[in-house]
Amino acid sequence: MVELTGLPAVEAKNVTKTFGAGPDAVVALDNVSVTIQQNEFFTLLGPSGCGKTTLLRLIAGFELPTAGSILLEGQEVAHLPPFKRMVNTVFQSYALFPHLTVAENIGFGLKMLGRRRADRDAQIEKMLKLVKMEPMRNRKVHQLSGGQQQRVALARALAPHPKVLLLDEPLSALDLKLRKEMQIELKRLQHETGITFIFVTHDQEEALTMSDRIAVMSHGKILQIGTANEIYEHPVDRFVADFIGETNFIEAEVMQRIGNRGQIRLPSGIALARELDPIAPVGGKVTLAIRPERIDLVKPGADCQLAGKVENIVYFGTDTHFHIDLDTGGDVTVRVQNRRGFQEVLKQGDAVGLRIAPEAMQVLKD
Amino acid sequence: MRAAKGVDLRSQFGFHTIAIVCLVVLYFPLLILIVFSINANDIVAVFSGVSTRWYEKAFYNEEFHNAARNTLIIAVSATIGSTIFATLAAVATTRVAPWRGQNAVYMVINLPLMVPEIITAVATLSFFALLGRTLGFNFGIGNIILAHLVFCIPFAYMPIRARLESMDLTLEGAAADLYATPFKAFWHVTLPLLMPGISSGAALAFIVSFDDFTITQLVAGPGQTTLPLYIWAMIRRPMTPEINAISTILLGISILFILISFWIAQRRKAG
Ligand SMILES: Nc1ncnc2c1ncn2[C@@H]1O[C@H](COP(=O)(O)OP(=O)(O)OP(=O)(O)O)[C@@H](O)[C@H]1O
Ligand SMILES: [Mg+2]
Repeated sequence: MVELTGLPAVEAKNVTKTFGAGPDAVVALDNVSVTIQQNEFFTLLGPSGCGKTTLLRLIAGFELPTAGSILLEGQEVAHLPPFKRMVNTVFQSYALFPHLTVAENIGFGLKMLGRRRADRDAQIEKMLKLVKMEPMRNRKVHQLSGGQQQRVALARALAPHPKVLLLDEPLSALDLKLRKEMQIELKRLQHETGITFIFVTHDQEEALTMSDRIAVMSHGKILQIGTANEIYEHPVDRFVADFIGETNFIEAEVMQRIGNRGQIRLPSGIALARELDPIAPVGGKVTLAIRPERIDLVKPGADCQLAGKVENIVYFGTDTHFHIDLDTGGDVTVRVQNRRGFQEVLKQGDAVGLRIAPEAMQVLKD
Repeated sequence: MRAAKGVDLRSQFGFHTIAIVCLVVLYFPLLILIVFSINANDIVAVFSGVSTRWYEKAFYNEEFHNAARNTLIIAVSATIGSTIFATLAAVATTRVAPWRGQNAVYMVINLPLMVPEIITAVATLSFFALLGRTLGFNFGIGNIILAHLVFCIPFAYMPIRARLESMDLTLEGAAADLYATPFKAFWHVTLPLLMPGISSGAALAFIVSFDDFTITQLVAGPGQTTLPLYIWAMIRRPMTPEINAISTILLGISILFILISFWIAQRRKAG
């Protein structure tokens, strides 16, 4: 999927960014290191205020790191102002020039680069076609809908063919349908242009469906970097597990350990062999993360890891969510696809067994 | 809707009376001025029929022509000069990281608005007198232009700065992101978006220079009579309705100018 052609497109090395000084100083980025390959669709995912925009602004050159360095294609860029970096941004607010037409907006970067008129016009045409805005080339920005403005912003940023395109929550202002369309459109554009995309979002589903790799951020730190599958199936800590998709958390006790393998005991008393984080001592607690769709409902008493009572059933069309009160305390959510099976006959208050494959129980760090 | 916004000022006791008094005091004299400019009689205060003779007289009046020419030369030069300086000053005071002397700079730029004009006039006169005596400099009408240019700057500065402050900074960021050097970003993005502010600043500067009396009166040498000075001189001679005609022309030009700048601002806004 990702071609590794030579140097990484972007590297951040131990980047820290602090705003202000003294007691009101805000640490927007805290010792962040990340390497983004050429031609990659890389997503920064995290809740509001976690430092996503700040990282983009550092890469674009609008801010300088307080410590650490930013490299573009292996070159340290601290000394380069934004207009000397072959990096373009799609701003969260679009920031289209209101005094220019659609075509003039798209051609702005090329004009500033001093391209000849004929080249510029050819490239503008190409971009208009790419984002399907040909009929609106002569409109002013305020005569466009939100989705159209978004596409112009995209075309404007793509026109100079930057090495890296930064997209700061470009889809957040769009309605669901348009948003889905634009997600597919963006993937297509990235594929066709071969440009490295760094995409910011706080929507986990968007991140999972679009990205080659995702960095999950919280409070100025990168908690985990990996493919959608890695992050979903093997979240490193409670925050990541909770932020990406739905997760059940179950406490377990460490019974014994040999090296980094050990035995843990579920609240129901069942023991399991697991790889363990080095810091969990014998007798200590670990948290297990279990995805709702990785739990099977079986008859009580059958071969199962946990048992409980059905507390609530919510029908979702393609699947059904069962909220189960565990006999050992706490509750879990189970998601079952709607096809013939045991779950069809379950009612509220019924006793059930929960069968969980050992590899579906992810031991978290904290 | 209206009740939710609190008390409607218009329902307050005396509101209508005050509004009417203000409008009458403001506009009735202007109306009289215009009406008596088409008076056929030789005496200003006695209306005896409609005639355009005073406009014709003004039309062939050599002194009026000279005064009008001087006024326009001075006002146009002062407007251009002060608008350029005001624009540069506004950019320099809004597009920099905050620094310690910033408030002092605002003060220095806006102070001329607060100094009584007669003081500025006397000071300017002394300055040019000193310049003439010690260095032998005398720029003729240039003296007046220079004086006007300087005291028009704060008038032009205010709307330009207001516009800059309300402008979205991400647009300039976007320009930089798209390879515009700071100068190109200013030229291709900031300046076009600043145009409404600049045109109102320029219009204000023009009006202020166009009707200035105090400073011009003190600084002007022989043969440098402007329209306000000329009208002043006419009042001191036996008055005829010609003075009304000339004043009306002056009023017309002022209104025309304001309309033009208003129209530019509107057109810009509509995009
Ligand atoms: N110029 C600034 N001055 C002071 N603090 C700032 C500045 N820019 C960002 N911050 C702070 O740094 C932190 C990270 O901000 P940032 O804009 O990067 O968040 P974000 O992840 O993009 O959030 P959102 O999803 O809401 O856009 C926040 O606490 C913010 O208040
Ligand atoms: Mg942000």
